[in-house]
Amino acid sequence: MSKYTLKEFGTQMMDGLFAKNPVLVQMLGMCSALAVTTSVTNALGMGLAMTAVLICSNIFISLLRHFIPKQIRIAAYIVIISGFVTAVQLLMQAFLNDLYKSLGLFIPLIVVNCIILARAESFASKQPVLPSAVDGLAMGVGYTFALTVLAAVRELLGAGTLCGVKIMPDAYEPAIIFILPSGAFLTLGFLIALMNKLMDVQKEHAAKKAAAVPAAEAAEPAEETANEESADESVETPEPQPAETEPAAQEPEQKKEEN
Amino acid sequence: MDYLVDILLLMLTAVLVENYIFSKFLGICPFLGVSEKPDTALGMGFAVMFVMTLSSAATWAVYYGILVPFHLEYLETIAFILIIAALVQFIEMFLRRFLPALYGALGIYLPLITTNCAVLGAALLNIQNGYDFVQSLAYGFSSAVGFTLAIVIFAGVRVRISLAEPPKSFRGVPIAMIAAGLIAMAFSGFSGMSF
Repeated sequence: MSKYTLKEFGTQMMDGLFAKNPVLVQMLGMCSALAVTTSVTNALGMGLAMTAVLICSNIFISLLRHFIPKQIRIAAYIVIISGFVTAVQLLMQAFLNDLYKSLGLFIPLIVVNCIILARAESFASKQPVLPSAVDGLAMGVGYTFALTVLAAVRELLGAGTLCGVKIMPDAYEPAIIFILPSGAFLTLGFLIALMNKLMDVQKEHAAKKAAAVPAAEAAEPAEETANEESADESVETPEPQPAETEPAAQEPEQKKEEN
Repeated sequence: MDYLVDILLLMLTAVLVENYIFSKFLGICPFLGVSEKPDTALGMGFAVMFVMTLSSAATWAVYYGILVPFHLEYLETIAFILIIAALVQFIEMFLRRFLPALYGALGIYLPLITTNCAVLGAALLNIQNGYDFVQSLAYGFSSAVGFTLAIVIFAGVRVRISLAEPPKSFRGVPIAMIAAGLIAMAFSGFSGMSF
């Protein structure tokens, strides 16, 4: 195996954060993402627990990748993962008891979180130790990032606070719906849509760039497609506006994030 | 008599007030994954009911029969996930051998259930809430009924969504999430009912 370069590290991290974000793009681990995001503190705590388990299980599975027989690999992964989850559970119970109580059931449920099993199966079981560890870190950070954004929107709109500190002015009436389960579904729906939009814009950007290089020879057709694409774009932007039950509250938030 | 009423109220609460999908967020992956058509949703629902009732019984028995006497309560997560995985394997083999018709209907959903967090969640909640054996059985079964109810309703909504044309960024999962949010709003009407 050749040396692991800084550039590879960068790509892996960017993949975990954006292009292959486990929650917003791969749609894995939705249960905990929806359940614990009533406050930013919970989201960060859950993200940290998840990252710790992901890194440890990825390292371990990568180390054992030549020894685990193919037929029983899933069972072996589950045993390894649940061992680490139990360790994290006991540590949190000892040192972060309040956080442990507010996350409740979802710490032991990390065992059946599809993100970990998916990374074990598709990455750690095929790659050497160092990239696997970085993959665990990248995916964990991506998960934490998605959860934190989701929780920030929900806590700010639903309670007017961030990490328990009051942010919104007194005149703001908290929209309780964002703290309720339905608010979780709505906010995550909007976030994924926003992510889709950003990815589309980025793809278009890349396409334009690629079209600009051979533009010297074939300037005409390239320009045409570019124009067409930007026309599509301007038609589509206003569409998400007539949206939902709480348009007044939701829209400004979306704008803010887009900027 | 009182005990029976308690059990009935427990079941009603588990189906409507504390619905697994819409208020506890357990089992979202199969909820999004197999809710494209009402029949597949119903098939998944029945498979979950079957496994969840049996696994509630098995995990309760192992917890109070083995883990508690030996003071190994901290191993519950590992023990339960292994029991569930083994149980699902066993049910699959049993159905294939003795009830091929039922296997044909539920077979493809069974492997998915091992990593369904609703099943492990029910097992852990039975212990956390201190239910006795009958209560655990009732809770496991009725939570799965609530799951089935949610997934079938949602599948019906998704059939209608597939005919509509949402904005490009909202196609697929985002619009499904928003529909789920609206159904959850309807279900949160039950939360005022306290038994």
